[in-house]
Amino acid sequence: MEFFLVTLLNSLSYGLLLFMLSSGLTLIFSMMGVLNFAHASFYMLGAYFAYQIGAYTGFWIALFLAPLVVGVIGAFTERFGLRAVHRFGHVAELLFTFGLAYVIEEVVHLVWGRAPVNYRIPETLDFTLFTLFTTQYPAYRAFMMLVSVVMLITLYLLLTRTRVGLIVQASLTHPSMVEALGHNVPRVFMFVFAGGCALAGLAGVLGGNMFITEPGMAFAVGSIVFVVVVFGGMGSLVGAFIASLIIGAIQTFSVALNLSLLDFLNLFGLSISEDSFWYSGLSITISQTAPVLPYLLMVLMLIIRPRGLMGNRET
Amino acid sequence: MARVFSKKRIIFWASVALSFVLLPLVFDGGFSLSMLSQMGIAIIFVLSYNMLLGQTGLLSFGHAVYFGLGAFVTAHIVNFIDQGSFWFPITFVPIVGGITGLLFALVLGFVTTRRAGTPFAMISLGIAEMVAASALMFTTFFGGEGGIVTNRTAGGVVAGISYGPQIQVFYLIAGWCLISMMGMYAITRTPLGRLANAVRDNPERVKFIGYNPVRVRWLMMTLSGFFAGVAGALATINYEIITAEALGLMASGNVVLMAFIGGINHFWGPIIGAVLVTLLQSALSTYTQAWLLYFGLFFLIIILYSPGGIANILAMHAPVIKARLFKSLASSYLIIFLASVPLIVGTIAVIEILYRGGAILGMSSLVSWSSSLVLIVVGLVVFRFAQRRVKSVWASLDLELRKRGFV
Repeated sequence: MEFFLVTLLNSLSYGLLLFMLSSGLTLIFSMMGVLNFAHASFYMLGAYFAYQIGAYTGFWIALFLAPLVVGVIGAFTERFGLRAVHRFGHVAELLFTFGLAYVIEEVVHLVWGRAPVNYRIPETLDFTLFTLFTTQYPAYRAFMMLVSVVMLITLYLLLTRTRVGLIVQASLTHPSMVEALGHNVPRVFMFVFAGGCALAGLAGVLGGNMFITEPGMAFAVGSIVFVVVVFGGMGSLVGAFIASLIIGAIQTFSVALNLSLLDFLNLFGLSISEDSFWYSGLSITISQTAPVLPYLLMVLMLIIRPRGLMGNRET
Repeated sequence: MARVFSKKRIIFWASVALSFVLLPLVFDGGFSLSMLSQMGIAIIFVLSYNMLLGQTGLLSFGHAVYFGLGAFVTAHIVNFIDQGSFWFPITFVPIVGGITGLLFALVLGFVTTRRAGTPFAMISLGIAEMVAASALMFTTFFGGEGGIVTNRTAGGVVAGISYGPQIQVFYLIAGWCLISMMGMYAITRTPLGRLANAVRDNPERVKFIGYNPVRVRWLMMTLSGFFAGVAGALATINYEIITAEALGLMASGNVVLMAFIGGINHFWGPIIGAVLVTLLQSALSTYTQAWLLYFGLFFLIIILYSPGGIANILAMHAPVIKARLFKSLASSYLIIFLASVPLIVGTIAVIEILYRGGAILGMSSLVSWSSSLVLIVVGLVVFRFAQRRVKSVWASLDLELRKRGFV
């Protein structure tokens, strides 16, 4: 019971972090039809910027500044990169962001080196919030959840309740009509792209010190975010939300479970000797399969329901 | 419709074969021989990739999966031969790799090819991640971190060929490269190849004329898996070791870069990419740590300025040269070239300063920073100007060519 509750809380905080990433990706995708391969790279930049800015100003200012800087970089990427390749079609756009991910990773190597940097949880948040049975729950995780939830509610209200959100939503579905009404749709796109990148940056600020800040973090998270987006259905925010929580839970739980098929068979009194042909296959524990599970889930989803949880019929 | 074995075509392939025979005689050093072998493998791999991207419009980020799986199965087969479990000539072992690639592409392609476009790209990435992650799980088959080691001389001496010396391995690769090139070129000429192009351009219309685009994509994927597997098998024979890196994301990304830099709209484009990228990789990586960065920047520039790749640039100039109008372009190209020199030198200087921490060429860090930044700014300004000039020259050239009927 203790294990279950603690892992559930952990998976919730991780799932919310995933959603912060996948929501930006989904917004950008449904708006411009561009899958931003560099999205996770912006996440990484967020973490590194927070580390660097935080070294001078402390965590709290970095929490605001780092996503802002990432957003500005995102805006430049859209204005001078994506908009230029837009006329060559979607494949070129996709490949542009792919190349960008490459370059960003190398630039991070260049500036901060290949080893992880020492980006730490701020001291003001480095305490135990409460003790659940015997496990101490860190305050930072709760803070992460709080920021994510506040951010997401703000985003939701912004998109559905304000005039800005109205124009953004209209540009999603009827770009030419919005343009005819006198709005600068390309600029709207630029701001959405920048906003999505800033969200990814914020996720990086929060996740970088919780997990680890190193050059490989972009690729590690990037493919999981893609799984989330495919699983939830391309272009669906609700789908992305549900998928983030599910994938987050699966990853967190599977890492913690040290059971194998062998244990399962032992339960029924069957034992298999170590030199049996099947031994190496059966002795793989759930935690060992953890890296594969999300992808397996995605493949299953594609077989059963190719458009994902909440996706549109075909693209 | 042209005959399959027209005179022109026979001459063409014969000259390709002849150049393969002559190449190692011209570049006969040990380093260039291993580089040539590497290029041959890369050519097969990238052409098989272009069957998907260029011809069927499927942007895959997981093509190395078929290459890698073909390589691993080949490694185990060669080891079985080595242990004497059965005998099979090494010359034909690549077929085993090919069939492995084909079978995996058949199974995985069933899942991936149901969607096209961006979803396909993401799904292929997910599958690649899955296979790469399982490679670290099943250590008996994939050999864990150390990989699987083989012995390419396992087949013994057949007709005087033992595959001990690198030159023999090169000719094996060259032979398979030629066969694969011919095979893949032939596929583009079949009704299936044409249908694949149609599926790329307009799947809805293909549906209307009664074909199933999903099935066409699946078939192309399967066939392309075969050639990727052949390339993987050749890599096993060449290096005598195969690690899980071969089917990882880096390898998959690499082939995307090769195909795109070369040019995906021409059959020959990816070959240019394979040769150039292999050359750049081994040349640059000996000089600088930052070679991946240069490589990425080069890729971005290609996408921004010539998304058709190098092949497209060459093809664009063919009618100009034919019409004897190249002179009008020469002056503005010279300006572009002169502008790029400070731009490139400045950029390289900044990157190397960052890598080496502060100073280069014995200058103080302030001098080296400021001089390289000045170079970049000057280069950028001149480049902008030259770019505009080239554009206007091209516009008038285009008109002229149209008038004379060269385009």
